[in-house]
Amino acid sequence: MNLSAITTWVNDRAGLEPLRALAHKKTVPLHRHSVWYYFGGMTLFLFAIQVGTGILLLLYYRPSAENAFESVQFIMTEVRFGWLVRSIHSWSANLMIATMFVHMFSAYLMKAYRPPRELTWVSGTLLLFIVLGFGFSGYLLPWNKLAFFATKVGTDIAGVVPGIGTFLLRFLRGGDEVTGATLTRFYGFHVAVLPALVTAILFVHLYFVQQRGMSVPPSLAGKPLQTMKFVPNFFLRDLMGWLLALGALAALAALFPWELGEKADAFASAPAGIKPEWFFVFMFQTLKYLPAKIGAVDGEVLGILAFGGGGLFWLLVPFLDRQSAQGKSSRWFTLIGILILLYIVGMTIVGYAE
Amino acid sequence: MENTNTPVTTRRKFINYCLGTSLGATLVATFYPIFKFLVPPPITESTEASVVAAKVSELKPNSGKIFKFGSKPGILVKTPSGEIRAFSATCTHLDCTVQYKEEAQHIWCACHNGRYDLMGKNVAGPPPRPLEQYTVNVRGDEIIVSKG
Amino acid sequence: MAKEDTSEFQANQKIHRTVKLVVTLALLLLFFVVGSKAQKDAARAGGETSSASPTANPSSGKNSCLECHQAMGDQLAAPIAAMAEDIHGKRGLSCANCHGGDPTADDPTQAMNPGKGFVARPKPAEVARFCGKCHSNAETMKRFNPAQRIDQESEYSSSVHGKRIKQGDTKPATCISCHGHHGIRAVSDPQAPVYPLNVAQTCGGCHANTDYMRAYGIPTDQLQKYSQSVHANALLKKRDLSAPTCNDCHGNHGATPPGVGSVSNVCGTCHARQAELFEKSPHQAPFAAAAMAGCVVCHNNHQILLPSDEMLGSGATAVCSTCHTEDAGAQGAQKMRGLIEELNHHIHQTEGLLTQASIAGMEVSRPIFELKEARDKLINARVIVHNFSPNAIETAINQGLEITGKAHQAGQEALNEMQFRRKGLATSLLVILLAIAAIYLKIRQLERH
Repeated sequence: MNLSAITTWVNDRAGLEPLRALAHKKTVPLHRHSVWYYFGGMTLFLFAIQVGTGILLLLYYRPSAENAFESVQFIMTEVRFGWLVRSIHSWSANLMIATMFVHMFSAYLMKAYRPPRELTWVSGTLLLFIVLGFGFSGYLLPWNKLAFFATKVGTDIAGVVPGIGTFLLRFLRGGDEVTGATLTRFYGFHVAVLPALVTAILFVHLYFVQQRGMSVPPSLAGKPLQTMKFVPNFFLRDLMGWLLALGALAALAALFPWELGEKADAFASAPAGIKPEWFFVFMFQTLKYLPAKIGAVDGEVLGILAFGGGGLFWLLVPFLDRQSAQGKSSRWFTLIGILILLYIVGMTIVGYAE
Repeated sequence: MENTNTPVTTRRKFINYCLGTSLGATLVATFYPIFKFLVPPPITESTEASVVAAKVSELKPNSGKIFKFGSKPGILVKTPSGEIRAFSATCTHLDCTVQYKEEAQHIWCACHNGRYDLMGKNVAGPPPRPLEQYTVNVRGDEIIVSKG
Repeated sequence: MAKEDTSEFQANQKIHRTVKLVVTLALLLLFFVVGSKAQKDAARAGGETSSASPTANPSSGKNSCLECHQAMGDQLAAPIAAMAEDIHGKRGLSCANCHGGDPTADDPTQAMNPGKGFVARPKPAEVARFCGKCHSNAETMKRFNPAQRIDQESEYSSSVHGKRIKQGDTKPATCISCHGHHGIRAVSDPQAPVYPLNVAQTCGGCHANTDYMRAYGIPTDQLQKYSQSVHANALLKKRDLSAPTCNDCHGNHGATPPGVGSVSNVCGTCHARQAELFEKSPHQAPFAAAAMAGCVVCHNNHQILLPSDEMLGSGATAVCSTCHTEDAGAQGAQKMRGLIEELNHHIHQTEGLLTQASIAGMEVSRPIFELKEARDKLINARVIVHNFSPNAIETAINQGLEITGKAHQAGQEALNEMQFRRKGLATSLLVILLAIAAIYLKIRQLERH
């Protein structure tokens, strides 16, 4: 029995013909911005690595205040290649968020959210929120000092949200304080709730992408463009990028193993330089700079409301940008996007320069 | 008629061969650590915040035992009346490891003859402070020592 | 008839008056008797009829001492304020309990009547008895603090201070020289001059004063030497209250310099193991014969510095070379020094290796843990030095070297493992690069047509 016979046999039963047709039909438009198309696939690849290494870590990790730190230490020291798996999980998480941001901003600036791709954008933004949730919950799991206090500060911020703040804080912490209960809860979010959500929404996101194909920037829309077949041409290029990422991850993990730090101690005083993960630094820094009172309202409350509003704006961009929807150029939204990008980059740099 | 020996075909074959081999090797390089990771390590459990310090049966009354607690030694003491207690085994004087003295029924540091009573309190010699006490729980035959 | 009635009335009145008088007198008598009995009872309860009894309660009744001294002010009133912080004052004792006299009398000649036990200012030779009235009395002290010792007065009389005082010298310390007066604090009170942290300064008040001590012909540099010592460092800098100050070696109330024979006993109260080893050592007999005071010969007395390995051996810094120059003793000392330094060197080297491994991200907590035992062996060997037996040292050091060797090997393995990781990384990166190159060629090949 040769390969084609097996393929035929499987195909007869699974009906893979539509998939094959889709793969054949799928093309990627070629133009000077085509390079940005790689970042979605890269994010997906890194996500797959997260799933794989995450599952591996689950085999040894123990989600309790007494054992979490020790079990991560155990993974790092006693389990063969545990150091590699854990470091890759940490590095890949950060790289994934970075590529996701690139993917998102390139989609935004190329106005890829234009009809008929509004839902692709909305589902993508939801994925962003979930991934940030992954980052926030995963940070606490090694139960080290820095993460413990960063979580304390982070959940404190959630507690300031007007109206539902107290509920939100208790909901996140599983009580009034950051304790072992918080850890168990974050673990639940990190390995069950968020993965379930992400699977569903990611499927939707990819489905929309396949349905409507790749978007072309408005400046090039309607012009005759060269295309490239997705299989095998574009896919092979994707594969090259993935392999590069894999090599980079291995090198980072081996040469710069992710630190474990000191075990969290609720009674110890907070260490100097508590920082959230880098992708939250711009928000953290903003809240730090806000004055205690703006008019009659707490500066912090206003800041949180502003970020909430910002998130909502980001989610609803396709419905707000009427210009793009009509195929016209929309300078205002480009400007807003660039300003947001500069703000995030600037604040992050300021946060680390301090 | 298919010509199987044109330079183009040879080249294609060679590239396909390279591609297959190197992708295969990459897969091996990826799955080898994963497979190794899945094999249980020689020490099968993380034991730091709490540790199985000894078996109840191996500890006679009026005896002590040093155990590894994280990266520091701990001492498990069974008093003549049969009560089990655990302390840090690091002498508070100059960080020597203390031991249990059966005949004198106290904890003793050989380095400078520091003595602690069976509650870990420094009673004689140079030690300035009592030994840190740990929590002891007995689960079945196992004596489990934990901090705090 | 009317007249008779009148006289009868007058007689009745007379009787009435007489009865009244008698009853009044009887009542007065009764009060007097009861009153004086009560007074006697009170006095008996005091144990001593002398008014120096500590039971008189100053809060009830009159205290003419306070009244007059307060009114006179200045220096004469100073003790009143000082007594507010005094442990005796806090326990309800007042002037007359120590100084005697009659605090109920307004007349100063009565109140401060020597006949009523009044002592204004005890002479130095009388101070111990003055305090000892209560402090040597078990019955009295029991009422205030059952655990309080009552041997201070007799201890004091055995001290050099006490003996000289008895001989008529007025300069040596008495109770109040160290404890103060009118403001005496408990030993546990950090402000007390006899609180462990303050003792050295208190003793030094006299003993470091060259003018004051001139007549006695003893050195006055003890305080200065002590303050450089490892003991002073532990006590005053590290605030380790278990570290010794003057009285821990010299005694407090029985203060006497320890004689040559008792030095190793004094040091041995804390450094028991060294003392025990020294007793069995070959040095014990010749030292005793030459009247050399054990520990002090090498370690000094007041200026006891942190001992170092350099004290051992035959070099310039070695204390051994004071007596041993080119004999077997010098060789033995040199051997012990060599052994200790060898282990010390190996421990440091291994520590360096393990630190290097842990910085490189390798897990070496186990060998670090095991190395701790080697450090124990080293400390132990340094103690065994006091037996002056190179063979005993060698045994201890060899145990340490064995442990160090294993830890060193583990560190080496960790570094090898790191090399393995690097090589593994390099290999896999190579494989990945090859794959990328192959894909690149494939793409080129595909797109040529």
